[in-house]
Amino acid sequence: MSARLLLLLLLLLPLPLQGSAFAQARAPLAALAPADAPLVTDLSAHLIAITSSFTGTELLLFGAIDEPGDIVVVVRGPSGSTVVRRKDAVAGIWLNRRSLRFDGVPSYYAVSSTRPLEDIASPALLNRLQIGAESLRFRAATDQEEPQQYRAAVLRLKEQSGLYREELGVVFLGPKLFRAEISFPATVAVGTYRAEVYLIRDDRVIAAQSTPLFVDKQGLEQEVFDYSRREPAVYGFIAVLLAVAAGWLAALLFRR
Amino acid sequence: MQIYLPIAELSVNIWLILGLGGVVGYLSGLFGVGGGFLLTPLLIFIGVPPAVAVATSANQVVAASVSGVYAHWRRANVDFRMGTVLLIGGLVGSAFGGFLFSYLKQRGQIDLVISLSYVVILGGVGGLMGVESLRTLLRKPQPGLPPRRIRRFHDHPLLRALPFKMRFRKSQLYISALLPLVLGALVGVLAAIMGVGAGFLLVPAMIYLLGMPAAIVVGTSLFQIIFVTANVTMFHAIATQTVDVVLALLLLVGSVVGAQYGARHGTKLRGEQMRGLLALLVLAVAVALVVDMVLPPTEQFSFEPALVGGSR
Repeated sequence: MSARLLLLLLLLLPLPLQGSAFAQARAPLAALAPADAPLVTDLSAHLIAITSSFTGTELLLFGAIDEPGDIVVVVRGPSGSTVVRRKDAVAGIWLNRRSLRFDGVPSYYAVSSTRPLEDIASPALLNRLQIGAESLRFRAATDQEEPQQYRAAVLRLKEQSGLYREELGVVFLGPKLFRAEISFPATVAVGTYRAEVYLIRDDRVIAAQSTPLFVDKQGLEQEVFDYSRREPAVYGFIAVLLAVAAGWLAALLFRR
Repeated sequence: MQIYLPIAELSVNIWLILGLGGVVGYLSGLFGVGGGFLLTPLLIFIGVPPAVAVATSANQVVAASVSGVYAHWRRANVDFRMGTVLLIGGLVGSAFGGFLFSYLKQRGQIDLVISLSYVVILGGVGGLMGVESLRTLLRKPQPGLPPRRIRRFHDHPLLRALPFKMRFRKSQLYISALLPLVLGALVGVLAAIMGVGAGFLLVPAMIYLLGMPAAIVVGTSLFQIIFVTANVTMFHAIATQTVDVVLALLLLVGSVVGAQYGARHGTKLRGEQMRGLLALLVLAVAVALVVDMVLPPTEQFSFEPALVGGSR
Protein backbone atom coordinates (compact mmCIF):
# COMPACT_ATOMS: atom_id res chain seq x y z
CA MET A 1 0.00 0.00 0.00
CA SER A 2 1.46 3.33 -1.00
CA ALA A 3 2.00 6.09 1.51
CA ARG A 4 -0.37 8.40 -0.36
CA LEU A 5 -3.26 5.90 -0.20
CA LEU A 6 -2.65 5.40 3.52
CA LEU A 7 -2.81 9.13 4.08
CA LEU A 8 -6.07 9.36 2.15
CA LEU A 9 -7.59 6.56 4.23
CA LEU A 10 -6.53 8.26 7.44
CA LEU A 11 -8.18 11.48 6.30
CA LEU A 12 -11.42 9.76 5.28
CA LEU A 13 -11.70 7.52 8.33
CA PRO A 14 -13.22 10.01 10.83
CA LEU A 15 -15.76 11.35 8.34
CA PRO A 16 -18.51 8.70 8.56
CA LEU A 17 -17.97 8.31 12.29
CA GLN A 18 -19.03 11.88 13.01
CA GLY A 19 -17.19 13.55 15.86
CA SER A 20 -18.63 12.39 19.17
CA ALA A 21 -19.11 8.73 18.32
CA PHE A 22 -15.56 8.55 17.16
CA ALA A 23 -14.31 10.25 20.27
CA GLN A 24 -16.34 7.88 22.47
CA ALA A 25 -14.98 4.85 20.70
CA ARG A 26 -11.46 6.08 21.20
CA ALA A 27 -11.79 7.26 24.76
CA PRO A 28 -11.61 3.93 26.68
CA LEU A 29 -8.63 2.82 24.65
CA ALA A 30 -6.84 6.03 25.41
CA ALA A 31 -7.63 5.70 29.10
CA LEU A 32 -6.35 2.15 29.11
CA ALA A 33 -3.05 3.04 27.61
CA PRO A 34 -1.38 6.05 29.10
CA ALA A 35 2.11 6.32 27.70
CA ASP A 36 3.91 5.68 30.98
CA ALA A 37 1.65 2.94 32.41
CA PRO A 38 3.50 -0.04 33.88
CA LEU A 39 0.63 -2.32 32.75
CA VAL A 40 -1.31 -2.30 29.46
CA THR A 41 -3.88 -4.99 28.62
CA ASP A 42 -6.84 -5.72 26.38
CA LEU A 43 -9.23 -8.55 25.51
CA SER A 44 -9.58 -10.26 22.14
CA ALA A 45 -13.31 -9.42 22.30
CA HIS A 46 -15.52 -7.41 24.64
CA LEU A 47 -18.75 -9.14 23.70
CA ILE A 48 -19.59 -12.82 23.98
CA ALA A 49 -22.66 -13.44 21.80
CA ILE A 50 -24.79 -16.42 22.82
CA THR A 51 -26.31 -17.69 19.58
CA SER A 52 -27.99 -21.02 18.84
CA SER A 53 -24.64 -22.65 18.14
CA PHE A 54 -23.01 -21.38 21.35
CA THR A 55 -21.11 -24.15 23.16
CA GLY A 56 -18.92 -22.00 25.35
CA THR A 57 -15.98 -19.94 24.21
CA GLU A 58 -12.49 -18.76 25.02
CA LEU A 59 -11.25 -15.21 25.20
CA LEU A 60 -7.67 -14.14 24.89
CA LEU A 61 -6.40 -11.53 27.32
CA PHE A 62 -3.07 -10.02 26.39
CA GLY A 63 -0.91 -7.23 27.72
CA ALA A 64 2.53 -5.86 28.45
CA ILE A 65 4.34 -4.77 31.59
CA ASP A 66 7.09 -2.22 32.06
CA GLU A 67 8.14 -3.44 35.50
CA PRO A 68 8.86 -6.95 36.73
CA GLY A 69 6.25 -8.73 38.84
CA ASP A 70 3.54 -11.36 38.80
CA ILE A 71 0.35 -11.08 36.76
CA VAL A 72 -3.03 -12.11 38.15
CA VAL A 73 -6.08 -12.04 35.88
CA VAL A 74 -9.54 -12.13 37.51
CA VAL A 75 -12.82 -12.32 35.57
CA ARG A 76 -16.01 -11.83 37.57
CA GLY A 77 -19.53 -12.47 36.28
CA PRO A 78 -22.71 -10.72 37.45
CA SER A 79 -23.61 -11.76 40.98
CA GLY A 80 -26.95 -12.74 42.45
CA SER A 81 -28.64 -15.03 44.97
CA THR A 82 -28.14 -18.77 45.07
CA VAL A 83 -30.12 -21.31 47.08
CA VAL A 84 -28.10 -24.28 48.33
CA ARG A 85 -30.01 -27.35 49.45
CA ARG A 86 -28.75 -30.18 51.58
CA LYS A 87 -30.03 -33.72 51.48
CA ASP A 88 -30.45 -35.56 54.75
CA ALA A 89 -31.69 -39.02 55.57
CA VAL A 90 -35.21 -39.15 57.03
CA ALA A 91 -36.19 -42.68 58.01
CA GLY A 92 -33.72 -44.05 55.48
CA ILE A 93 -34.84 -41.76 52.66
CA TRP A 94 -32.57 -39.02 51.35
CA LEU A 95 -34.47 -35.78 50.85
CA ASN A 96 -33.73 -32.10 50.49
CA ARG A 97 -34.27 -30.98 54.05
CA ARG A 98 -32.42 -27.73 54.67
CA SER A 99 -31.50 -24.88 52.44
CA LEU A 100 -29.49 -21.71 52.76
CA ARG A 101 -29.57 -18.65 50.53
CA PHE A 102 -26.45 -16.72 49.68
CA ASP A 103 -26.48 -13.20 48.26
CA GLY A 104 -23.79 -11.67 46.09
CA VAL A 105 -22.55 -14.94 44.62
CA PRO A 106 -20.72 -14.30 41.32
CA SER A 107 -22.29 -16.42 38.59
CA TYR A 108 -18.83 -16.82 37.06
CA TYR A 109 -15.39 -16.41 38.55
CA ALA A 110 -12.03 -17.15 36.94
CA VAL A 111 -8.52 -16.53 38.21
CA SER A 112 -5.43 -17.05 36.12
CA SER A 113 -1.93 -16.22 37.31
CA THR A 114 1.74 -16.68 36.58
CA ARG A 115 2.42 -18.61 39.80
CA PRO A 116 0.26 -20.15 42.56
CA LEU A 117 -1.65 -17.35 44.31
CA GLU A 118 -0.20 -18.09 47.76
CA ASP A 119 3.32 -17.57 46.34
CA ILE A 120 2.37 -14.22 44.82
CA ALA A 121 0.61 -12.43 47.66
CA SER A 122 -0.30 -12.71 51.33
CA PRO A 123 -3.76 -13.97 52.38
CA ALA A 124 -4.55 -10.44 53.56
CA LEU A 125 -4.02 -8.92 50.13
CA LEU A 126 -5.85 -11.76 48.34
CA ASN A 127 -8.77 -11.34 50.71
CA ARG A 128 -8.89 -7.60 50.30
CA LEU A 129 -9.01 -7.84 46.50
CA GLN A 130 -11.18 -11.00 46.56
CA ILE A 131 -8.66 -12.90 44.49
CA GLY A 132 -9.21 -16.66 44.58
CA ALA A 133 -12.58 -18.34 45.10
CA GLU A 134 -11.77 -18.95 48.78
CA SER A 135 -11.62 -15.21 49.45
CA LEU A 136 -14.90 -14.35 47.73
CA ARG A 137 -17.19 -12.50 50.11
CA PHE A 138 -20.75 -13.70 49.79
CA ARG A 139 -22.98 -13.88 52.78
CA ALA A 140 -25.75 -16.16 53.96
CA ALA A 141 -29.13 -14.46 53.77
CA THR A 142 -30.30 -16.11 57.00
CA ASP A 143 -28.55 -17.09 60.19
CA GLN A 144 -28.04 -20.78 60.37
CA GLU A 145 -25.55 -23.22 61.74
CA GLU A 146 -22.74 -24.55 59.54
CA PRO A 147 -22.82 -21.93 56.78
CA GLN A 148 -19.22 -22.96 56.03
CA GLN A 149 -20.40 -26.34 54.75
CA TYR A 150 -22.90 -24.68 52.44
CA ARG A 151 -20.31 -22.14 51.30
CA ALA A 152 -17.85 -24.87 50.47
CA ALA A 153 -20.62 -26.64 48.55
CA VAL A 154 -21.25 -23.54 46.39
CA LEU A 155 -17.56 -23.31 45.51
CA ARG A 156 -17.31 -27.05 44.81
CA LEU A 157 -20.45 -27.21 42.64
CA LYS A 158 -19.51 -24.06 40.72
CA GLU A 159 -16.07 -25.48 40.06
CA GLN A 160 -17.53 -28.79 38.88
CA SER A 161 -19.72 -27.00 36.34
CA GLY A 162 -16.74 -25.01 35.06
CA LEU A 163 -18.10 -21.68 36.28
CA TYR A 164 -15.37 -21.17 38.89
CA ARG A 165 -11.85 -21.80 37.70
CA GLU A 166 -8.34 -21.25 38.96
CA GLU A 167 -5.46 -21.76 36.57
CA LEU A 168 -1.81 -20.95 36.15
CA GLY A 169 -2.66 -19.72 32.69
CA VAL A 170 -0.76 -16.45 32.36
CA VAL A 171 2.13 -17.09 29.98
CA PHE A 172 4.95 -14.66 29.27
CA LEU A 173 6.01 -14.49 25.63
CA GLY A 174 9.14 -12.50 26.46
CA PRO A 175 10.25 -10.24 29.26
CA LYS A 176 7.29 -7.88 28.78
CA LEU A 177 4.50 -9.47 26.77
CA PHE A 178 1.99 -11.87 28.37
CA ARG A 179 -1.19 -13.64 27.41
CA ALA A 180 -3.90 -15.67 29.16
CA GLU A 181 -6.79 -17.71 27.82
CA ILE A 182 -10.07 -17.51 29.70
CA SER A 183 -12.70 -20.24 29.16
CA PHE A 184 -16.43 -19.72 29.42
CA PRO A 185 -18.69 -22.82 29.54
CA ALA A 186 -22.01 -22.96 27.65
CA THR A 187 -23.94 -22.37 30.90
CA VAL A 188 -22.39 -18.92 31.37
CA ALA A 189 -24.93 -16.31 32.52
CA VAL A 190 -25.72 -13.20 30.51
CA GLY A 191 -24.77 -9.82 31.95
CA THR A 192 -21.83 -7.50 32.50
CA TYR A 193 -18.52 -9.07 33.44
CA ARG A 194 -15.29 -7.44 34.57
CA ALA A 195 -11.83 -8.56 33.58
CA GLU A 196 -9.28 -7.32 36.15
CA VAL A 197 -5.53 -7.55 35.69
CA TYR A 198 -3.14 -7.01 38.61
CA LEU A 199 0.60 -6.54 38.51
CA ILE A 200 1.82 -7.65 41.95
CA ARG A 201 5.35 -7.51 43.39
CA ASP A 202 6.48 -7.97 47.01
CA ASP A 203 2.88 -8.35 48.18
CA ARG A 204 1.98 -4.96 46.70
CA VAL A 205 -0.21 -4.06 43.76
CA ILE A 206 2.03 -2.10 41.39
CA ALA A 207 -0.67 -1.54 38.80
CA ALA A 208 -4.20 -2.72 38.07
CA GLN A 209 -6.60 -2.51 35.18
CA SER A 210 -10.26 -3.32 34.77
CA THR A 211 -12.06 -3.91 31.49
CA PRO A 212 -15.79 -4.56 31.04
CA LEU A 213 -16.95 -7.61 29.12
CA PHE A 214 -20.49 -8.29 27.98
CA VAL A 215 -22.23 -11.64 27.62
CA ASP A 216 -25.54 -11.43 25.79
CA LYS A 217 -27.98 -13.61 23.91
CA GLN A 218 -28.26 -12.71 20.24
CA GLY A 219 -30.54 -13.45 17.31
CA LEU A 220 -33.23 -16.10 17.76
CA GLU A 221 -32.10 -16.97 21.31
CA GLN A 222 -32.56 -13.36 22.35
CA GLU A 223 -35.96 -13.02 20.70
CA VAL A 224 -37.41 -16.21 22.14
CA PHE A 225 -36.17 -15.31 25.62
CA ASP A 226 -37.42 -11.71 25.47
CA TYR A 227 -40.82 -12.76 24.16
CA SER A 228 -41.30 -15.35 26.91
CA ARG A 229 -40.78 -12.56 29.45
CA ARG A 230 -42.70 -9.79 27.69
CA GLU A 231 -45.82 -11.73 26.66
CA PRO A 232 -45.87 -14.88 28.79
CA ALA A 233 -49.52 -15.74 28.06
CA VAL A 234 -49.11 -15.39 24.28
CA TYR A 235 -45.83 -17.28 24.46
CA GLY A 236 -47.54 -20.15 26.29
CA PHE A 237 -50.41 -20.16 23.84
CA ILE A 238 -47.99 -20.28 20.89
CA ALA A 239 -46.10 -23.12 22.57
CA VAL A 240 -49.33 -25.13 22.90
CA LEU A 241 -50.40 -24.30 19.32
CA LEU A 242 -47.00 -25.37 17.98
CA ALA A 243 -47.30 -28.64 19.84
CA VAL A 244 -50.83 -29.30 18.54
CA ALA A 245 -49.81 -28.41 14.97
CA ALA A 246 -46.70 -30.57 15.08
CA GLY A 247 -48.62 -33.53 16.46
CA TRP A 248 -51.35 -33.14 13.85
CA LEU A 249 -48.86 -32.72 11.00
CA ALA A 250 -46.95 -35.83 12.01
CA ALA A 251 -50.17 -37.81 12.22
CA LEU A 252 -51.14 -36.67 8.69
CA LEU A 253 -47.70 -37.48 7.31
CA PHE A 254 -47.84 -40.97 8.73
CA ARG A 255 -51.39 -41.69 7.57
CA ARG A 256 -51.61 -44.66 5.29
CA MET B 1 -24.26 -31.08 16.67
CA GLN B 2 -24.93 -28.73 19.56
CA ILE B 3 -27.72 -26.21 20.02
CA TYR B 4 -28.14 -23.58 22.74
CA LEU B 5 -31.51 -23.57 24.53
CA PRO B 6 -32.67 -20.00 25.25
CA ILE B 7 -34.73 -20.65 28.41
CA ALA B 8 -32.86 -23.62 29.87
CA GLU B 9 -29.65 -21.65 29.17
CA LEU B 10 -27.47 -24.56 28.24
CA SER B 11 -26.06 -26.22 25.15
CA VAL B 12 -27.29 -29.71 24.23
CA ASN B 13 -26.70 -32.26 21.50
CA ILE B 14 -29.56 -32.13 18.96
CA TRP B 15 -29.49 -35.87 18.26
CA LEU B 16 -29.65 -36.73 21.95
CA ILE B 17 -32.80 -34.62 22.36
CA LEU B 18 -34.40 -35.98 19.17
CA GLY B 19 -33.66 -39.51 20.37
CA LEU B 20 -35.09 -38.85 23.83
CA GLY B 21 -38.26 -37.46 22.23
CA GLY B 22 -38.49 -40.47 19.92
CA VAL B 23 -38.25 -43.04 22.71
CA VAL B 24 -40.74 -41.27 24.96
CA GLY B 25 -43.10 -40.67 22.01
CA TYR B 26 -42.99 -44.35 21.08
CA LEU B 27 -43.94 -45.41 24.62
CA SER B 28 -46.70 -42.82 24.77
CA GLY B 29 -48.23 -44.06 21.51
CA LEU B 30 -47.90 -47.66 22.64
CA PHE B 31 -49.38 -47.35 26.12
CA GLY B 32 -51.43 -44.17 25.97
CA VAL B 33 -49.40 -42.59 28.74
CA GLY B 34 -48.19 -39.04 28.23
CA GLY B 35 -44.63 -40.01 29.03
CA GLY B 36 -44.11 -37.05 31.37
CA PHE B 37 -43.15 -39.34 34.23
CA LEU B 38 -40.27 -40.61 32.07
CA LEU B 39 -39.29 -37.45 30.20
CA THR B 40 -38.99 -35.11 33.18
CA PRO B 41 -36.41 -37.20 35.08
CA LEU B 42 -34.48 -37.87 31.85
CA LEU B 43 -34.25 -34.15 31.04
CA ILE B 44 -33.10 -33.37 34.58
CA PHE B 45 -30.53 -36.13 34.22
CA ILE B 46 -28.94 -34.47 31.15
CA GLY B 47 -28.66 -31.17 33.01
CA VAL B 48 -31.86 -29.26 32.21
CA PRO B 49 -32.99 -27.26 35.29
CA PRO B 50 -35.87 -29.14 37.01
CA ALA B 51 -38.40 -26.31 36.60
CA VAL B 52 -37.68 -26.10 32.86
CA ALA B 53 -37.82 -29.90 32.56
CA VAL B 54 -41.31 -30.09 34.14
CA ALA B 55 -42.81 -27.25 32.10
CA THR B 56 -41.23 -28.26 28.79
CA SER B 57 -42.18 -31.92 29.18
CA ALA B 58 -45.79 -30.85 29.56
CA ASN B 59 -45.53 -28.88 26.32
CA GLN B 60 -44.07 -31.77 24.36
CA VAL B 61 -46.58 -34.25 25.80
CA VAL B 62 -49.31 -32.09 24.20
CA ALA B 63 -47.77 -32.83 20.78
CA ALA B 64 -47.24 -36.54 21.41
CA SER B 65 -50.83 -36.88 22.64
CA VAL B 66 -52.34 -35.07 19.64
CA SER B 67 -50.36 -37.30 17.31
CA GLY B 68 -51.41 -40.40 19.24
CA VAL B 69 -55.08 -39.41 19.49
CA TYR B 70 -55.25 -38.87 15.75
CA ALA B 71 -53.97 -42.38 15.09
CA HIS B 72 -56.47 -43.88 17.56
CA TRP B 73 -59.30 -41.68 16.35
CA ARG B 74 -58.86 -42.98 12.80
CA ARG B 75 -59.29 -46.47 14.16
CA ALA B 76 -62.41 -45.21 15.97
CA ASN B 77 -60.78 -45.99 19.32
CA VAL B 78 -61.57 -42.77 21.18
CA ASP B 79 -64.59 -42.37 23.45
CA PHE B 80 -64.93 -38.59 23.30
CA ARG B 81 -67.89 -38.60 25.67
CA MET B 82 -66.00 -40.49 28.34
CA GLY B 83 -62.91 -38.35 27.72
CA THR B 84 -64.87 -35.14 28.24
CA VAL B 85 -66.41 -36.31 31.52
CA LEU B 86 -62.98 -37.40 32.77
CA LEU B 87 -61.53 -34.07 31.70
CA ILE B 88 -64.11 -32.03 33.62
CA GLY B 89 -63.31 -34.03 36.72
CA GLY B 90 -59.60 -33.66 36.00
CA LEU B 91 -59.73 -29.87 35.74
CA VAL B 92 -61.59 -29.60 39.06
CA GLY B 93 -59.20 -32.06 40.68
CA SER B 94 -56.04 -30.36 39.44
CA ALA B 95 -57.28 -27.00 40.73
CA PHE B 96 -57.77 -28.56 44.16
CA GLY B 97 -54.41 -30.31 43.82
CA GLY B 98 -52.79 -26.93 43.19
CA PHE B 99 -54.13 -25.61 46.51
CA LEU B 100 -52.97 -28.75 48.29
CA PHE B 101 -49.55 -28.29 46.69
CA SER B 102 -49.13 -24.74 48.02
CA TYR B 103 -50.42 -25.77 51.47
CA LEU B 104 -47.89 -28.58 51.73
CA LYS B 105 -45.18 -26.29 50.40
CA GLN B 106 -45.92 -23.83 53.21
CA ARG B 107 -45.65 -26.63 55.74
CA GLY B 108 -42.30 -27.59 54.18
CA GLN B 109 -43.46 -31.13 53.48
CA ILE B 110 -43.77 -31.00 49.71
CA ASP B 111 -40.52 -32.81 48.85
CA LEU B 112 -41.41 -35.74 51.06
CA VAL B 113 -44.98 -35.89 49.71
CA ILE B 114 -43.83 -35.78 46.07
CA SER B 115 -41.19 -38.46 46.53
CA LEU B 116 -43.46 -40.76 48.50
CA SER B 117 -46.44 -40.39 46.20
CA TYR B 118 -44.25 -41.20 43.20
CA VAL B 119 -42.96 -44.37 44.81
CA VAL B 120 -46.24 -45.50 46.37
CA ILE B 121 -48.35 -44.83 43.29
CA LEU B 122 -45.89 -46.03 40.66
CA GLY B 123 -45.07 -49.08 42.75
CA GLY B 124 -48.70 -49.81 43.58
CA VAL B 125 -50.05 -49.35 40.08
CA GLY B 126 -47.14 -51.18 38.48
CA GLY B 127 -47.35 -54.05 40.95
CA LEU B 128 -51.12 -54.52 40.59
CA MET B 129 -50.97 -54.41 36.80
CA GLY B 130 -48.00 -56.75 36.71
CA VAL B 131 -49.64 -59.37 38.93
CA GLU B 132 -52.92 -59.17 37.05
CA SER B 133 -51.46 -59.44 33.56
CA LEU B 134 -49.11 -62.23 34.65
CA ARG B 135 -52.07 -64.16 36.00
CA THR B 136 -53.99 -63.68 32.75
CA LEU B 137 -51.02 -64.73 30.67
CA LEU B 138 -50.43 -67.85 32.79
CA ARG B 139 -54.09 -68.84 32.75
CA LYS B 140 -54.22 -68.73 28.94
CA PRO B 141 -52.96 -72.23 28.02
CA GLN B 142 -55.86 -74.01 29.81
CA PRO B 143 -58.53 -74.68 27.20
CA GLY B 144 -62.00 -75.84 28.18
CA LEU B 145 -62.33 -73.59 31.19
CA PRO B 146 -64.75 -70.76 30.55
CA PRO B 147 -63.08 -67.34 31.03
CA ARG B 148 -63.78 -66.35 34.60
CA ARG B 149 -65.99 -63.31 34.78
CA ILE B 150 -63.96 -60.60 36.48
CA ARG B 151 -66.24 -58.65 38.71
CA ARG B 152 -65.78 -55.01 37.70
CA PHE B 153 -65.73 -52.26 40.26
CA HIS B 154 -68.66 -50.46 38.62
CA ASP B 155 -70.79 -53.62 38.82
CA HIS B 156 -71.10 -53.22 42.56
CA PRO B 157 -74.79 -52.75 43.48
CA LEU B 158 -74.06 -49.58 45.44
CA LEU B 159 -72.38 -47.97 42.46
CA ARG B 160 -75.12 -49.18 40.11
CA ALA B 161 -77.57 -47.25 42.25
CA LEU B 162 -75.80 -43.92 41.68
CA PRO B 163 -77.76 -41.24 39.82
CA PHE B 164 -76.86 -39.37 36.58
CA LYS B 165 -76.61 -42.48 34.46
CA MET B 166 -74.97 -41.91 31.12
CA ARG B 167 -74.60 -44.15 28.13
CA PHE B 168 -71.07 -44.41 26.78
CA ARG B 169 -71.69 -46.22 23.53
CA LYS B 170 -68.12 -46.53 22.44
CA SER B 171 -67.10 -48.07 25.77
CA GLN B 172 -70.26 -50.22 25.85
CA LEU B 173 -71.04 -48.89 29.30
CA TYR B 174 -74.14 -47.52 30.96
CA ILE B 175 -72.88 -46.09 34.23
CA SER B 176 -73.28 -43.07 36.48
CA ALA B 177 -71.37 -40.03 35.20
CA LEU B 178 -70.18 -39.55 38.79
CA LEU B 179 -67.76 -42.49 38.45
CA PRO B 180 -65.55 -41.06 35.66
CA LEU B 181 -65.99 -37.57 37.15
CA VAL B 182 -64.61 -38.63 40.54
CA LEU B 183 -61.91 -40.75 38.91
CA GLY B 184 -60.84 -37.79 36.76
CA ALA B 185 -60.78 -35.54 39.84
CA LEU B 186 -58.66 -37.96 41.90
CA VAL B 187 -56.17 -38.36 39.05
CA GLY B 188 -56.19 -34.57 38.62
CA VAL B 189 -55.20 -34.03 42.27
CA LEU B 190 -52.29 -36.42 41.92
CA ALA B 191 -51.31 -34.94 38.56
CA ALA B 192 -51.08 -31.47 40.08
CA ILE B 193 -48.99 -32.67 43.04
CA MET B 194 -46.68 -34.92 41.05
CA GLY B 195 -46.42 -32.60 38.05
CA VAL B 196 -47.24 -35.22 35.43
CA GLY B 197 -50.14 -35.92 33.03
CA ALA B 198 -50.83 -39.09 35.03
CA GLY B 199 -51.77 -41.23 32.02
CA PHE B 200 -50.04 -44.15 33.70
CA LEU B 201 -52.64 -43.84 36.47
CA LEU B 202 -55.61 -43.19 34.25
CA VAL B 203 -55.08 -46.10 31.87
CA PRO B 204 -55.24 -48.89 34.50
CA ALA B 205 -58.00 -47.06 36.40
CA MET B 206 -60.16 -46.94 33.27
CA ILE B 207 -59.60 -50.64 32.66
CA TYR B 208 -60.06 -51.90 36.21
CA LEU B 209 -62.41 -49.41 37.81
CA LEU B 210 -64.63 -48.38 34.90
CA GLY B 211 -64.36 -51.62 32.96
CA MET B 212 -63.66 -49.95 29.63
CA PRO B 213 -62.39 -52.10 26.74
CA ALA B 214 -58.59 -51.91 26.54
CA ALA B 215 -58.64 -50.83 22.89
CA ILE B 216 -60.66 -47.70 23.70
CA VAL B 217 -58.74 -46.79 26.84
CA VAL B 218 -55.51 -45.61 25.23
CA GLY B 219 -57.04 -43.15 22.76
CA THR B 220 -59.46 -41.79 25.36
CA SER B 221 -56.71 -41.30 27.92
CA LEU B 222 -54.55 -39.46 25.35
CA PHE B 223 -57.51 -37.24 24.44
CA GLN B 224 -57.86 -36.19 28.07
CA ILE B 225 -54.10 -35.72 28.50
CA ILE B 226 -53.95 -33.17 25.64
CA PHE B 227 -56.05 -30.74 27.65
CA VAL B 228 -54.44 -31.40 31.02
CA THR B 229 -50.93 -30.84 29.66
CA ALA B 230 -51.96 -27.80 27.59
CA ASN B 231 -53.31 -26.38 30.84
CA VAL B 232 -50.03 -27.14 32.64
CA THR B 233 -48.01 -25.55 29.80
CA MET B 234 -50.03 -22.34 29.99
CA PHE B 235 -49.72 -22.27 33.78
CA HIS B 236 -45.92 -22.58 33.64
CA ALA B 237 -45.50 -20.13 30.75
CA ILE B 238 -47.28 -17.47 32.82
CA ALA B 239 -46.35 -18.31 36.42
CA THR B 240 -42.82 -19.74 36.25
CA GLN B 241 -41.73 -18.74 32.71
CA THR B 242 -39.83 -21.98 32.30
CA VAL B 243 -41.28 -23.35 29.03
CA ASP B 244 -38.40 -23.71 26.56
CA VAL B 245 -39.96 -23.67 23.09
CA VAL B 246 -36.73 -24.65 21.33
CA LEU B 247 -36.27 -27.67 23.59
CA ALA B 248 -39.96 -28.58 23.23
CA LEU B 249 -39.79 -28.34 19.42
CA LEU B 250 -36.78 -30.67 19.25
CA LEU B 251 -38.42 -33.13 21.64
CA LEU B 252 -41.71 -33.11 19.80
CA VAL B 253 -40.17 -33.64 16.36
CA GLY B 254 -38.75 -36.86 17.79
CA SER B 255 -41.80 -37.78 19.79
CA VAL B 256 -44.54 -37.27 17.18
CA VAL B 257 -42.70 -39.67 14.89
CA GLY B 258 -42.16 -42.09 17.76
CA ALA B 259 -45.81 -41.88 18.79
CA GLN B 260 -46.94 -42.97 15.31
CA TYR B 261 -44.86 -46.14 15.46
CA GLY B 262 -45.96 -46.70 19.04
CA ALA B 263 -49.66 -46.44 18.19
CA ARG B 264 -49.20 -48.82 15.23
CA HIS B 265 -47.39 -51.43 17.31
CA GLY B 266 -49.84 -50.97 20.17
CA THR B 267 -52.74 -52.32 18.12
CA LYS B 268 -50.82 -55.57 17.60
CA LEU B 269 -50.46 -56.19 21.33
CA ARG B 270 -53.07 -58.07 23.33
CA GLY B 271 -54.53 -56.18 26.28
CA GLU B 272 -52.74 -58.20 28.96
CA GLN B 273 -49.43 -58.03 27.08
CA MET B 274 -49.72 -54.26 26.87
CA ARG B 275 -50.58 -54.00 30.55
CA GLY B 276 -47.72 -56.31 31.47
CA LEU B 277 -45.19 -54.20 29.56
CA LEU B 278 -46.54 -50.95 31.00
CA ALA B 279 -46.37 -52.54 34.46
CA LEU B 280 -42.70 -53.40 33.89
CA LEU B 281 -41.93 -49.87 32.76
CA VAL B 282 -43.73 -48.24 35.68
CA LEU B 283 -42.10 -50.63 38.17
CA ALA B 284 -38.67 -49.91 36.70
CA VAL B 285 -39.15 -46.17 37.24
CA ALA B 286 -40.40 -46.81 40.80
CA VAL B 287 -37.39 -49.01 41.59
CA ALA B 288 -35.01 -46.39 40.16
CA LEU B 289 -36.65 -43.76 42.38
CA VAL B 290 -36.40 -45.94 45.49
CA VAL B 291 -32.73 -46.69 44.79
CA ASP B 292 -32.06 -42.99 44.31
CA MET B 293 -33.82 -42.12 47.56
CA VAL B 294 -32.30 -44.83 49.73
CA LEU B 295 -28.68 -44.80 48.54
CA PRO B 296 -26.60 -42.09 50.20
CA PRO B 297 -26.02 -39.41 47.56
CA THR B 298 -22.48 -38.82 46.31
CA GLU B 299 -23.11 -35.09 46.59
CA GLN B 300 -25.21 -34.01 49.54
CA PHE B 301 -25.62 -30.47 48.28
CA SER B 302 -27.28 -28.97 45.24
CA PHE B 303 -27.81 -25.40 44.23
CA GLU B 304 -30.16 -23.46 42.04
CA PRO B 305 -28.19 -21.37 39.59
CA ALA B 306 -31.17 -19.09 38.99
CA LEU B 307 -31.67 -15.61 40.40
CA VAL B 308 -28.57 -14.09 38.84
CA GLY B 309 -29.00 -10.35 39.00
CA GLY B 310 -27.70 -9.65 35.50
CA SER B 311 -29.67 -12.30 33.63
CA ARG B 312 -32.74 -10.07 33.23
